[in-house]
Amino acid sequence: MSPAGDSRDLRVGVDVGGTNTDAVVIDASGNVLAAVKVATTPEPIDGIRAALDGVLTGLEHSQISKAMLGTTHSANAIIQRRGLDRVAVLRLAAPSSLGIPPGAAWPDDIRSGVIGTTAIIEGGHEYNGKEIASLDTEAVKLLAAEAIRTECRSIAVAGAFSPATTEHEIRAREVLHAELGADFPVSLSYEIGSLGLLERENATILNAALLSVATGVVNGFEGALAQHRLDVDAYLTQNDGTLMMATEAGQYPVLTLGSGPTNSMRGACALAGTDDAIVIDVGGTSADVGILVGGFPRQSSAAVEVGGVRTNFRMPDLISMGLGGGTIVRNAGADLRIGPDSVGYAVATDAICVGGDVLTLSDVSLAAGRMTGFGDPTRVRTLDTDVVSDALGWVDEQISVVSDRMKSTRAALPLLAVGGGAHLVPDAIPGVSEVIRPKHQSVANAYGAGIAEASGSIDRVYSYDTTSREECLDDARALATDAAVRAGSDPDQVRITTVTEVPMTYVPGGGCRVMVKAAGPLA
Amino acid sequence: MDLLTHDDIETLCLGATLLGTGGGGDPYVAKLLAQQALATYGPVRVVAPGDLPPDALVLTTAVIGAPTVTLEKIPAGTEFVGSVEALASYLGKEPVAIMSIEVGGLNTLVPVATAAEMGLPIVNADAMRRAFPQIEMTVFTLAGLPAGPLSIADEKGNQCVFRTTNNHVAESLARAAVIQLGMANAISCYPLTAGQIDEHGIHGSLTYCGEVARLLEAVQRADEGAWERFLSESGSVEFFRGKVVDLDRRTTAGFARSTVILEDLDGTGSTMRIEVQNENLIAFRDGDAVITTPNLICLLDCETFDPVTTEYVAYGNRVIVIGMPCAPEWHRPGMLELVGPEAFGYDVDFVDLPR
Repeated sequence: MSPAGDSRDLRVGVDVGGTNTDAVVIDASGNVLAAVKVATTPEPIDGIRAALDGVLTGLEHSQISKAMLGTTHSANAIIQRRGLDRVAVLRLAAPSSLGIPPGAAWPDDIRSGVIGTTAIIEGGHEYNGKEIASLDTEAVKLLAAEAIRTECRSIAVAGAFSPATTEHEIRAREVLHAELGADFPVSLSYEIGSLGLLERENATILNAALLSVATGVVNGFEGALAQHRLDVDAYLTQNDGTLMMATEAGQYPVLTLGSGPTNSMRGACALAGTDDAIVIDVGGTSADVGILVGGFPRQSSAAVEVGGVRTNFRMPDLISMGLGGGTIVRNAGADLRIGPDSVGYAVATDAICVGGDVLTLSDVSLAAGRMTGFGDPTRVRTLDTDVVSDALGWVDEQISVVSDRMKSTRAALPLLAVGGGAHLVPDAIPGVSEVIRPKHQSVANAYGAGIAEASGSIDRVYSYDTTSREECLDDARALATDAAVRAGSDPDQVRITTVTEVPMTYVPGGGCRVMVKAAGPLA
Repeated sequence: MDLLTHDDIETLCLGATLLGTGGGGDPYVAKLLAQQALATYGPVRVVAPGDLPPDALVLTTAVIGAPTVTLEKIPAGTEFVGSVEALASYLGKEPVAIMSIEVGGLNTLVPVATAAEMGLPIVNADAMRRAFPQIEMTVFTLAGLPAGPLSIADEKGNQCVFRTTNNHVAESLARAAVIQLGMANAISCYPLTAGQIDEHGIHGSLTYCGEVARLLEAVQRADEGAWERFLSESGSVEFFRGKVVDLDRRTTAGFARSTVILEDLDGTGSTMRIEVQNENLIAFRDGDAVITTPNLICLLDCETFDPVTTEYVAYGNRVIVIGMPCAPEWHRPGMLELVGPEAFGYDVDFVDLPR
């Protein structure tokens, strides 16, 4: 397998997960030229370096033009409340919103650690673009002084209806920079989230709190690339599976928080060469089932909490079930009980097939010939054949039910089986056109990062009475496309991936909230 | 329930979402507002209408506007107090208690915050015990009680009071004012005496909201037999388990109308169609109307048992559809003309829930 065409058409994808750090090198046609898996290290940059060492061995570094990183750094920083910056919060909405101060619903530990000072000042806009009040610039200056006094390292600014009318947030930043210097980090909410002031404000505060962590990640990644003599464009993957330039990712870390599951699902689908499929990721303890529609995971409708803080980010719609390689099998016949507990990673030492004394689904799978290449088949030869067939019957039933639930239509879809416990997935499932076990599936996350595209999106309120619905939608599509091209999409290949319209009840003039996303491969 | 404290609000919020019957506005903001107010001003006493002097004035307060706007324009709290004060000043009489007009959705908990802020008790009653889209859709209208005079207030201090000749005019005047005031405002309507509420209102609404929520919390904890207990004790009936296979959203005359089509999870091909105008109004199973307004049609997530609201219904959602009985106080002459299927423009007969 030798890369064809242009001499600089290779890309390297790296994914830092909770357990493993994966890296792949991919050519322009999507072929995997090299793949490695190393343990994630306490300082994740060490694992990234090790993974790059492994995957670049024997390759001509000058052929690599792009490097993509998906990482849990930021998510872990929030979950562990580690390395977070102290943030001053400025809300532009008074006199509205005074009933709920910033950080009101945050868990105490993260609120006291992160939020240094807050102010709700006059400013912000109405649904129709009029000012709620003119921006109180004196109050902005007071907040700047208070931020310094309370030793805040950054400022988060959120204004009512800023996704539609950005003016006050931008002016507030100008005032803050005039007071504190142009280098003082300020995160604006319109650049972070969509409609929903409290959730967008929360995400903006988290973003501001993650700036130091993010700078560390970006510098570390770029340092590791330089150390490997890679002169490349560096990107980080976002929650939705698309890319952000690494320099930009240093300013918007909150947008990279949840890229893991998205990269895994997109990677698996791309490895299998399909855009529409059910994906089942079977681990040691549990299996997650999701669905890709048009190459992107279908998103859940529920608000997502990050470290106990409610945001308005959307994450892939996943169903988790207690079914994995380490799931414990007890009793027999009518009393047969499977899980929900598991020996987890200890399956490598505790399962019967490796000389342990716990009967797990891996033993059952080995006895039935589904699993190969792990454990000693002679150790499971004495297993009760009824237990084996009953347990696998249960597994098949669970997988069949959950894959059917995931589908939006009756049409049969392919199912992609990935993860260390994928051997448990049967080859035939009702309602599934075929079961695919993609090659290189163990590095699906890194592959997903490596093939990620650039995207752009908009979230606006339009009036369908003043302008026709079609014209409004065309405008929204054009804005999203422009944003995607600005983010690096190839203008010839950019396409609209989602259009969502939410009519605004009671609002005269056919008010409708329109959310459009466009994505395309990097130019 | 004699005192409402910060700890009661989470449960009431779950109940409010359920009784929102798909609409009613997201109670999340109201929950934070109520929690903040209870933490600041202390607990609120809950009273039955019969505990108050019969001629004492009770005032209501509620959010009026567009739920989507409320997501950006978070209440100040002062607009609700303002609406109550404006109406009290017009009437020349002070209220002895605050009441929710709509126990269902966003407006369940807003009056709790107002009561805390004004240091008044909250009345354990309401006029809908579910969400409805218009001011006149109350048991008070059935009893011939007027919605006016009513007041509208915003967070900036603008207030207006309307005298109205009937409850339909009250609805249209209020909407017209709100369009000028930013679409996220406070309304105080149906100024009634405790005696009138005792005679014509829906009793025990807050208690009911908390009880159905606790039954549902038990289901969410996966307690043994909790689902059966939820159904039997709330008088609800499970009609369907399915996933959303089609969704048609449109806005007509200011309402978010949509049709949701579900296909069952057992693969028998059975379908359910739900007609929505802000709230879920009619459910058809294989073509037959099986649940109709004013009974409640609630969608619950198959895995989490969280109520699924209209705004968040999406392709592939796996939901359980239940019918919940409306408050018995609705079953009075004029109910169907006011809130039955015909009132929403459907040529469908009211069907009661099987018992």
